[in-house]
Amino acid sequence: MENNGDLIPHLFRTEYRKMVAVLCRHFGFGQIEIAEDIASDAYLAAAQTWPLNGVPPNPTAWLYNVAKNKAKNHLQRNNIFDSKIAPELKSSASAMHETEIDLSPQNINDSQLQMMFAICHPAISAEAQIGLSLRILCGFGIEEIADAFLTNKETINKRLFRAKEKLREEKIRIELPPMSEIDERLATVLTTIYLLFNEGYYSVSQNTTVRKDLCFEAIRLCYMLVENKHTNKPQVNALLSLMCFHASRFEARTDKNGELVLYEEQDASLWDTELISKGGYFLNCSASGNKISKYHLEAAIAYWNTQKADTKEKWDNILQLYNQLLQIEYSPVAALNRTFALSKANGKQEAITEAEKLNLTDNHFYFALLGELYTGIDNDKAGENLLKAISLAKTQTDKHTIWKKLDKL
Amino acid sequence: MTQMHKKEKMDEYILILRHEDGNKVASPEQIQLWMKQTMDWIGTIAAQNKFSGGNGLLFPDAKVVRPHNVVTDGPFGEIKETIGGYMMVKANSMEEAVAFAKGCPVLQGEGNSVEVRRIVQKDGVH
Repeated sequence: MENNGDLIPHLFRTEYRKMVAVLCRHFGFGQIEIAEDIASDAYLAAAQTWPLNGVPPNPTAWLYNVAKNKAKNHLQRNNIFDSKIAPELKSSASAMHETEIDLSPQNINDSQLQMMFAICHPAISAEAQIGLSLRILCGFGIEEIADAFLTNKETINKRLFRAKEKLREEKIRIELPPMSEIDERLATVLTTIYLLFNEGYYSVSQNTTVRKDLCFEAIRLCYMLVENKHTNKPQVNALLSLMCFHASRFEARTDKNGELVLYEEQDASLWDTELISKGGYFLNCSASGNKISKYHLEAAIAYWNTQKADTKEKWDNILQLYNQLLQIEYSPVAALNRTFALSKANGKQEAITEAEKLNLTDNHFYFALLGELYTGIDNDKAGENLLKAISLAKTQTDKHTIWKKLDKL
Repeated sequence: MTQMHKKEKMDEYILILRHEDGNKVASPEQIQLWMKQTMDWIGTIAAQNKFSGGNGLLFPDAKVVRPHNVVTDGPFGEIKETIGGYMMVKANSMEEAVAFAKGCPVLQGEGNSVEVRRIVQKDGVH
């Protein structure tokens, strides 16, 4: 009975999503609740019988068998309805034969991939896509999702319910899009995966375990795309590369008290060299085709950030990469980071001139950057800007980080 | 989390860069330096979220078409008035667009120029 407490949640996380994906493919998205119910019932059965009878020798197989049987029962109930009450329905004949649910590794992978495209669909909001991905693709509990989003269970349940309704209304099919549409649909999938990663990386939730899980789930989903020949595109490899590079600094990003450690102050020996290697590998894989995506540029920037030394080469390259990135897609974060790179490559004076033009006056990072740039040039102005940054900062962590800079002045 | 960024409805302007063919007057190192300066210049405009697009125009194999189907090798006119590239920017006024133009690296060369024109908005008014 050892580890019984951990085993079921662990299996839930890893196997639930596979089961639901396969069952969903079988029953169709319109019946996703049935797929989820069947999968959940199997876990309930485990939770009830294993403490009494002991954990079976092959727990995974046990779960799958129970799920299969419940699915068969459900189909047979439907068959009775169909054959006795609605004999005109064509589906009855085929349904009789297909009570076998294919739970082979190939079908599981295919189903999950197809489910990813079904869920990461432009018909529902980005938040809903992430929520459904966490629930169905990653096997997260409702409470875990609520915690990650800093909201409550009711909100998440409503969000997921509405999203499923919408997908049903739009008759979204669980299948890979045709080759002609795949790049476009892939864009939505990649955005969702990246948002999922950012939730974990920058999340304000205090639960560090959940946050790391979010990041690694995003990496896992992206890896599934890379492994399938239809979706193994350059931009997918680029996104995977960039997530590996970022994730390599997990251990160094927070100190013993859970406080954020800024890049300049991180202990580089805590950086995960294996993840950095993987990042490099996928960056190489992404160097094909003739389209540069924003992920390529961000991955290249992330690569340079794995080189801690403050060389001219590093900052010249990062500056040029941000110059290109901003042309493809503007974001305040990219604008601020570009200006910081400018200060390192061309000097603080030029960066200050450019920073003043950015005018991001509702953004505390903007004033924090100005404070950083003025430090050593005009400490009065530096102090003014840092104080402004503190007043705009929303979390205690952020305020604290800026206070430390102010103290140093 | 990513922040939503509001786009103001600003006018668009085109900056038309006029200069000689760099390959004819400068070394590869000089050209690389100009490239960096140009990318930095574009970067400052893009960082302000005012960049709308742009391109260099190739000098070799240019043609000029005149009336009566006359086609000659281009480019057209004085060497230093040849169009080398263009950029579209968003700006609140012609003054602002002109300020962008002043930062263009081609202006390091005597005789070069950047023409600034407002682009027609298809909104029924302009």
